[in-house]
This record gives sequence, structure tokens and C-alpha cells, in this order.
Amino acid sequence: MTQTLTKYAGYHEAFQALESSAPKSTPPWLHELRRQAWSRFQQLGFPTARRGNEKWKYTNVAPIASAAFSHPAALPSGAQPTAGRVKQLGPSAPGWTNLVFVDGHYSPALSTQPGQAPGIVVDNLSKATVSSPQLVQPHLARQAGFEDDGFIALNTAFLQDGAFIHVADNRTAPAMINLLFVTTEGPTPKVTFPRVLVVAGKGSQVSLVETYVSPAKSRYFINTVTEIVVGDGANVEHCRLLLESPEAFHVGNTRVYQGQDSTFTSAGFFRGAALARNDFQVLLDGTGANCTVNGLYLTTDSQHVDHLIGIDHAKPHGTSRLLYKGILDGKSKAVFGGTVMVRKDAQKTDARQTDKNLLLSPDAEVDSKPSLLIFADDVKCAHGATAGHIDANTVFYMQSRGLDLATASRMLIHAFAREVIDTVQAEPLRDYLDGLFSQAMPASSLRFGGTP
Amino acid sequence: MPLLVIRDLHASIGDQEILKGVDLTVNAGEVHAIMGPNGSGKSTLANVLAGRPEYTVTKGSVQYQGHDLLAMPPEQRAREGIFLAFQYPVELPGVRAWQFLKAAMDAQRQHRGLEEMSARDFNRLLQEKVQQVEIDPELVKRNVNEGFSGGEKKRNEILQLALLEPKLALLDETDSGLDIDALRIVAEGVNRSRRPDNAIVVVTHYQRILNYITPDFVHVLMDGRIVRSGGAELALELESRGYDWVKEAVS
Repeated sequence: MTQTLTKYAGYHEAFQALESSAPKSTPPWLHELRRQAWSRFQQLGFPTARRGNEKWKYTNVAPIASAAFSHPAALPSGAQPTAGRVKQLGPSAPGWTNLVFVDGHYSPALSTQPGQAPGIVVDNLSKATVSSPQLVQPHLARQAGFEDDGFIALNTAFLQDGAFIHVADNRTAPAMINLLFVTTEGPTPKVTFPRVLVVAGKGSQVSLVETYVSPAKSRYFINTVTEIVVGDGANVEHCRLLLESPEAFHVGNTRVYQGQDSTFTSAGFFRGAALARNDFQVLLDGTGANCTVNGLYLTTDSQHVDHLIGIDHAKPHGTSRLLYKGILDGKSKAVFGGTVMVRKDAQKTDARQTDKNLLLSPDAEVDSKPSLLIFADDVKCAHGATAGHIDANTVFYMQSRGLDLATASRMLIHAFAREVIDTVQAEPLRDYLDGLFSQAMPASSLRFGGTP
Repeated sequence: MPLLVIRDLHASIGDQEILKGVDLTVNAGEVHAIMGPNGSGKSTLANVLAGRPEYTVTKGSVQYQGHDLLAMPPEQRAREGIFLAFQYPVELPGVRAWQFLKAAMDAQRQHRGLEEMSARDFNRLLQEKVQQVEIDPELVKRNVNEGFSGGEKKRNEILQLALLEPKLALLDETDSGLDIDALRIVAEGVNRSRRPDNAIVVVTHYQRILNYITPDFVHVLMDGRIVRSGGAELALELESRGYDWVKEAVS
């Protein structure tokens, strides 16, 4: 027996354990996919070298690369969160379809499906690879290529449980699909690899929310990949919510493909995590496709959040609206790298991107770089970025009506956040998010800007 | 006891002294007009009384209902019944007018030991005041002052005055930039809020608004001091003779 020296020994061990313990039903193509991805990850590794690496210019992933994490092989045997507790961890409403994952593993006991609807599949991905490979295989790992991304390669190597949503042509998913990924407290830091695949057929409609949450305060590493295929004329409403532990490392990759005349609306909300990366790429690959990508991030203490958003207009008559807003407190840092690409064929594109930041403390920092790459000549494009403080004159106006400083600031912060929250269509979800951001408290060292 | 007693008040912004010894006494039931040329310190006086943090009081005292006003933070002054109608009302992006006004009302009532108003009662009161000040009812459904015209912003200040019923209202050039109809509506709003137990201080550059609001006293502020005081007739004299006449008379 020869011994191979592996750079990422811990992951290698976990990968071998996963492959050797895989159920017999695991289709050969999935084994092959994992092995290819693992092999690619070994070549790519984590993007720790930042020199000349524009994608990772402002974010150091060395703390992720150098730490050891254990990969939970199954659902935690002991203290699983109860259904009641799970409900409190994220958004919920009567009638929703709920898929709950604990430490990366699907929990049938905590998941609820109020009823089967024809043409709608909402299931654990690993089960779907066996039961409906014809629906899964053509799309899995097709939008999120792992050739040039170590995190996607690693996630794909560990592809196991996850959410699979398939809506047949012209069908409408009757209920909000609520995906909850819970990371529990454990003796050692964990790593999990949640995966989401959404395929919306031609003319179909579906709404989903992904929530990543932990009741723990401890460190863990969560590496997620979400792929969404929006068929011709389909309409997908998407929400992504991060409520991670303050010590967590969260690296999330989202890849969206849009067909002709399709509509994709997404709102991301980010709280928690010591380091959060949100790599979100939308390809408008059909004429007349339309996307709205919004985000709201609230950072405190020494949190670091990095958004890399790309909207790729490949075909004519597309519309995109990108609005990200940040509220930064403490010594936190946010990075916004937004790129709207308009390819040569994408005439009559109408694109707009904006990043606005509210800095509550003198030590908070934002690096915002919205950019446009336009290769077509008949387009309407705009972009902008702002960073400012709560205006002193505004606060005095509110105080002069009897509101104290804390109430006035909270009201202004909440109002700032609401521009994004109000874009969420589903009322129970919007109310939940509103509650989550209405109590955002500024630090005592609140910094003011503006002149009277 | 007078409502407000200002003694030898000096105030600065940065290194620049603007108020250089103001003395003024205001009793409940009175309307005072403070007039003066640009840069005389009229707006500074109103803003210092409301507690604007950019100003530093360097000397003197202000007693309000027998208490040291200068020791109170701005929100406490408001809760104790002081209201400043801003010369340039501030836009509150994303803050709904209804929510803001209700929060202000709740904070003030709580301070006075009164119960929070129910949403229904508050709505009724607000609608009543909206009609009184002839403001477009749609405006209170929007964000505070956001996208309002100049006249709408001033009218919105008068709506807040009517709603909060202060003991001491300070109107900082509320008349400036208003057309004659808006001026009439603003003046009527002010007149309606006149009661025997409150007082109004109108800071203005022009005599025009005093055709609608008859003051009990008129004071001329020049270079940070009140240089002349009189009755309503003083305003008319200023209108016909200009501020230079006072300047010459006092020098």
C-alpha cells in the first residue's frame, strides 16, 4: 500500500469515508461526479493566494484553509432540535413546504410536505438522484461548474443530501418552499456542504427561501452551492437568508440560468457569520429575460461579508435590477463587487446596479466596486455606490419631536433596510424579515455625518 | 411664573459667537415676533432653545417653566412642550409620516404619564388635524418630507404643531418661501394653536406673516442682541423704514 501525501488530509479522509460508506443505490454517475470534483479540488485548493486574484482581493480565506473541521457522516444521533425549536430558527408559516437539514443531513422527521401536487417534486437531493435521475442529472453541477472554483469543487465532491425542487412545464408550486439548513453545536468545528438544485420548467412558477442558521455561537464552516434553472417564461422568486453563528465561516455560491422571457427575483439577507462570502451569478441566456437581485447585509463587531454579484446579459431585450444595501457597525467590513456584463448580442439591455451603505461606526469599512462591462451599443445601463453615516441634522429633527437618539437611529436604520425587505412578495416572509431588521441596534459610538 | 426666561444668552458655532447677550421673557398666552436682518442670530436663538447640538452656549441661562432648559437633551425639551418648526424641514428617507408622528406622540405622552394612544384614536386625531391645516391627506401616507415641495414641507411642520400641541412653539422663518395661500394656511394653523396656556415665538425676516398673526410683542435682534422691543406697531414701522433705521437709532 502506498501512502499519498495529501494537502487537505482532513477533507481527503472525509471524502474517502463518504465514498466507501455510500449506499449501494448511489448511481455511478454521482460517484464519478464526486471523484472528478475531488480531483479538481486537490488541484485548485482554497483561493488563499490573493495577489492578482480579483475575485478574492478583499477577503482572506486562510482561516478557512488552515483550520480543521470534522465532516458529520450522518444526522446527529443525540440532541436534535425539536420541530418547535426549528420553527423559531427561521421563517415559517402554515401551509409551507419545509425541508430541514441538520448538519448537512436531511431530517425527514423535521421536514413537512403538506401534500403532493402534480408535476412538483420537492425532495432530498440524494434520494432524487436515485429515484428521478432523469430530472436531476441533466442539471446537477451544470450551472455551478467546479473547473475554476475550489469551493464549488469541494462542495460537489461532498455532494450528498440537499434540496431538489423540480416544477414541470406550466405548473405552479402551490406553497412556499422553505429550506432550512441548521448547524448544531458540537465538540469540534464542523464542515457541511449543503446543495440546492431548482429546476423550473417552461412557464412554471415557484417560490423558495433558503435559510442557513445555527443556534450555536461556535465556529463551523458551511460551503453551499445553489443552482437555479429558470425555464422559458418561468417565474422564480428566491430568498436567501443567513443567520449564522457569529463565529461561522459561510461560503455560498449561487448560479442562476434564465431562459427566454423568464423572470427571476431574489432577495438575500445577511446577518451573522465571522466571514461570509456570497458569490451570486445570474446568466440571462434568453431574449427578454428579466431579473431582480437584491440584498441587505447587517454586520457588527469584526464581521466580514463579501458579495461578488454578476449579472450576465447574453441575449437582447433583457432587464436587470441589482440593489444591495449594507448596514455596518463595529469594526466590520463589507465588500461589494458587482459586475453587469452586456454581451455583444444583448442589444436593448436595460441594466441598473446600486450599492448603498450606512456606516454606523467610525471603524466600519466598505469596499464597493460596481462595474459595467458593455460590448453592445444600444443599451441602457447605470450603476452607482454610496456610503454614508446617519445624518446629524436628521437625528436632531427627530429628537426635536421627542424621539430619543436610540429610537431615532433605529427608525432610520429600519427605514434604510426596508427598501430591500419590501421587495419580498410573500407576506409572512416579509413580516419575518421586517422583525429581524427592525431591532437592529447601532453601537454606542454611533457616528454622524452631514452638516446642518 | 413666566414660561421662558432668557438671561444674557451667549452662543457660538465653532469659533464664531452669534448670540451676544440675549434677554427675553415670554409668558403663557403671548405671541412674540423676533425680527431682524439676515445673520442677526434669529434662527440661532430658536435652534439653541430647541437644543441643536452644533451650537455651544458660552454664557447666560434659560429657564423654562422654572427649570434649566440648557441642561436638557433635545428630546426632553420636546417632551416638555417645546416645538421648533424648522426653517428647512428634514426629509426622513423611508420613514413613513404616520409611523414618525405616532412615535413622537407616544414619546411625548409617555413622558407626561399618559397612556399610548391606540392606532385608531391616533388616526382620528391625525385626520382631524390634516383637515385643519389643509394638507393633502396622501402626504401623511408617504415618507416624512420626502419629495415634498417647499410649501408642503412647511405645512407639514404646522401639521406637527397642531398635533403635538406644544407649550412653546418656535417658528423659524416658517413664512419664508411660501406663496400667499400657503402663508395664510400656515398663519391660520398658528392662530388656531394659540391658547391662554401656551406661547408662540415667530422668528421672521419679513413683516408679511404678521398681517395674519398679530404679535403681542415685537423684538428686533441685531448682531446677537435684542436692540429694540415694542408692540405690533413696531413691525409696521420696520416694514416702512427698514432695519437701517433701528441700526442708526441704537448706534
